[in-house]
Amino acid sequence: MNPVALYNHDAPISAAQQHQFDPYEMNGGSSLVIKGADYCLIASDTRQSDGYKINSRYVPKAFKLTETAVLATSGFSADGLALFKKLSQNLEWYKHAHDKVMSTPAIAQMLSNTLYYKRFFPYYTFCLLGGIDEQGRGVSYSYDPLGSYGAEPYKSVGHKNQQGVQRTDMSLDTAISIAKDAFTSASERDI
Amino acid sequence: MDSIVNKFKRSTSTWGDHNMLVNFDVTKEFSLPSFDIPPCHNPIEFLKHNTDEKSNAECRIKFKHGTTTLAFKFQGGIIVSVDSRATAGSVIVTQNIRKIIEINPYLLGTMAGGAADCTFWERELGRRCRLYELRNKERISVSAASKLLGNIVYSFKGMGLSMGTMVVGWDKTGPNIYYVDADGTRLKGDLFSVGSGSPFAYGVLDSAYDFDMSAHDAAELGRRAVYHAAHRDAASGGNIHVYHVKQSGWENLGFRDFDDLHWEYQDQPKPSIIGDVQPMMLNIQD
Repeated sequence: MNPVALYNHDAPISAAQQHQFDPYEMNGGSSLVIKGADYCLIASDTRQSDGYKINSRYVPKAFKLTETAVLATSGFSADGLALFKKLSQNLEWYKHAHDKVMSTPAIAQMLSNTLYYKRFFPYYTFCLLGGIDEQGRGVSYSYDPLGSYGAEPYKSVGHKNQQGVQRTDMSLDTAISIAKDAFTSASERDI
Repeated sequence: MDSIVNKFKRSTSTWGDHNMLVNFDVTKEFSLPSFDIPPCHNPIEFLKHNTDEKSNAECRIKFKHGTTTLAFKFQGGIIVSVDSRATAGSVIVTQNIRKIIEINPYLLGTMAGGAADCTFWERELGRRCRLYELRNKERISVSAASKLLGNIVYSFKGMGLSMGTMVVGWDKTGPNIYYVDADGTRLKGDLFSVGSGSPFAYGVLDSAYDFDMSAHDAAELGRRAVYHAAHRDAASGGNIHVYHVKQSGWENLGFRDFDDLHWEYQDQPKPSIIGDVQPMMLNIQD
């Protein structure tokens, strides 16, 4: 029997159907960045969840862009990965065109523009960019999904509380242990 | 053989400059960057559903908003003063965002509304102003610069851009302030305040404004107006930045922490606003 015949196009539609284009998902996760005088610490968890479901316990959301720059994302995992690939491609083109690796502050501006070029179909990602600048100083930036960015001495995206944090200069070792504590306490309460 | 030699001759220096002019493509220089559009029936509705807090409170992508910005003319030029808080939904995202955008050494832009929209387009404005300068061998006027920005945002009208900005600077005609917003409005004026805290800032500004005040007093008025706005408006706060625009270009007068200012102002006598006012003569007819 012809399957097309199964459908009676003359029959009235029984109920209104809603069509919704919903390409986004919230995959959660936490990332943090701490800037020091001559270092920058970037940390992320690797769980990818969807509501109460855990899709995977090993999906990195921090990506190495250059020897001196790391991108940490949060939000929609697929958009984060697509964004990372786009940036990597631009960095590769830049390297071949100029015979040098892009500086971290320049990557910061490029990331902002890359996010804004999708102003009308945004990447659902909350980005942190950390690294070392051309003078060897630690630099860190945080972004909103549309590309507004600013330099921040420390920042976390995801579910950590930053209220009342006091700024102190600290060694890399101290920063690492604080970052580990932050993730330990976050994973105790965050689903 | 000669024809081959001539062919290569053309590309040497004497022709090089000419070729550069020929290759110069005006449409490319002034073209807008290309933007990705969602592959669905109605991209604008899609964008509203996902990013506009007014039409959908549970929208996924909340971007940075909320502000007090002001700029006013006085005898010594222009004072620009802004807060530094950025909010997304009901969350304070950062307390130190820069809302005065340095377009070039004599032009400033302020940021209210969507942070990304303002920074991106005012950066693009800076690029176009530089191109204007190189082509015409003179600086662009504030009027023309603000019109460039106004025309750009007008071409995106109805697509959800969110920005309320003041383009401020000094040109041949002196100090100028233009208000440009995402609807396409462009206004010339002497005193503007933009953002959620603007009604409070206007209150302070209008009551104490005097064209002939000194640069120091004008800067203090700008700071105080934003302080009072940040005090009453939950979406404003952080640090208060002040810039002074002079004939030689703008000068950054630095910033003060809102909380520090709050305790400082507590210890000062209240400014006399109504002290000198004479009682009104009322003609009560009976």
